[in-house]
Amino acid sequence: MYNPTVARLTYRALLGRRRALILFLLPAMLLVIAAAVRAFNGADDQVAADVLGGFALATMVPLIGVIAGTGAIGPEIDDGSIVYLLSKPVKRSSIIFTKLIVAIAVTMVFSAVPTFVAGYILNGNGQQVAVAYTVAALVASIAYSALFLLLGTVSRHAVVIGLVYALVWETLFGSLIAGARTLSVQQWALALAQKVTGDGLITSDVALPTAVALLAAVTVVATWFAGHKLSRLTLAGEE
Amino acid sequence: MTTLHIDHASRWFGNVVAVNDVTMTVGPGVTGLLGPNGAGKSTLINMMGGFLDPSTGTVTLDGQTIWGSESVYREIGVVPEREAMYDFLTGREFVLANAELQGLGAKEAQRALATVEMEYAQDRKISTYSKGMRQRVKMASALVHEPSVLLLDEPFNGMDPRQRMQLMDLLRRMGADGRTVLFSSHILEEVEQLASHIEVIVAGRHAASGDFRKIRRLMTDRPHRYLVRSSDDRALAAALIADPSTAGIEVDHGDGGLRVQAVDFGRFTELLPRVARERGIRLLTVSPSDESLESVFSYLVAA
Repeated sequence: MYNPTVARLTYRALLGRRRALILFLLPAMLLVIAAAVRAFNGADDQVAADVLGGFALATMVPLIGVIAGTGAIGPEIDDGSIVYLLSKPVKRSSIIFTKLIVAIAVTMVFSAVPTFVAGYILNGNGQQVAVAYTVAALVASIAYSALFLLLGTVSRHAVVIGLVYALVWETLFGSLIAGARTLSVQQWALALAQKVTGDGLITSDVALPTAVALLAAVTVVATWFAGHKLSRLTLAGEE
Repeated sequence: MTTLHIDHASRWFGNVVAVNDVTMTVGPGVTGLLGPNGAGKSTLINMMGGFLDPSTGTVTLDGQTIWGSESVYREIGVVPEREAMYDFLTGREFVLANAELQGLGAKEAQRALATVEMEYAQDRKISTYSKGMRQRVKMASALVHEPSVLLLDEPFNGMDPRQRMQLMDLLRRMGADGRTVLFSSHILEEVEQLASHIEVIVAGRHAASGDFRKIRRLMTDRPHRYLVRSSDDRALAAALIADPSTAGIEVDHGDGGLRVQAVDFGRFTELLPRVARERGIRLLTVSPSDESLESVFSYLVAA
């Protein structure tokens, strides 16, 4: 299923474009914020949870997911260079699967790793806060990558739609309407984080079994659908 | 092996019919797909390359439906018209990636680069390449697995004359090897120099098919229209209409001159100056009034 050549091309496309700067910028911001909070406030478990929950998991992970997920396939479809992958005896589903793995790996490296480091800076992993949010960032990376890879396969405006979802739906509606929170990758990931810390620092609106089932379902369905879309993808000429 | 069959294939996009009920067979040797811009050549090639499903009809390679089957790409090599490729790679990295996707390796990639004479620039980024160099690297990427069918969409666009000659030689060799080579072009001379067999597409329809002599004859035998001005238009008109090479003459009062419709091109071009000399008429203007490629093609559609 995994094609190393497709993976190599995808990594280079993702990390070689100017967009990749955001991949470095956001984690750097998180670390700066963490260091500043620690310096001015000292170590505080609740503050650590608020910073990681409010910036790392609510903003940084979905943004990195948008860049990695849509960037793993969208530009190739837009400019037509995907033709060099499609004109090969390689299953379309393995192209999608490989790109998903790459998007997940990039999202994890640029979101879960800095989350863990920031957690240590904030309160030295007191109450397991750093580990809890790292686990949340890891599982959220998987679901976001699958969702945004699908988006990159079906729409030319994948980045915009992805940003609207990540910022408006997850952040704004999520905080206003309780129902929206049930359908939010962030809340599902928080359910796991809640399980890790154990004592009220982190709360999720979704029960753990529901969260795990939804995460798995979204990932599998989005990946399958992306593979289906790619196998029906048509390339019109320039005329 | 390796014959493309297009059987009553049509393809439309919304209300626009790009390819209209085309049936043709493309076998070994070099075939030129000729037609004006926007005639549906790219749509047809995209269907043969498996990047578009026909709306109706079938497109098959030796009986196997091309659309939706990855295994045909062991046989088919595609050189797309679009410029976009992986610009952040070097030429060598790009061709190697294409070789690996075919299950091959560095040896085959290097051979393909040598075939298109791009070894000298293989370690430069593709983003620094000229259009002709890109075209050759695209060629190399399509040749790595030595396909028995090669599809090229406007391959000579943007090439200088020397590169054009090189590519023509290469395609001729491939055709002589018994491979099926199909390329599209809107330039008759290009097709005539290279293709042993020509398929003409106009406005989405299959207009003509045959060797270039037959196509050339169809093109020169069509009725030609001329605007002729002379020292004595009416005397000239009378002399011309007496010969069967002229089908009609109209005296144009507005522009001043004769509008002549000739049906036998060769005979008419010999007749006109001879008649004028015999009658002591001076020819002031002789200009063809419908020499555009489009009018040539539209005649072929009607033929």
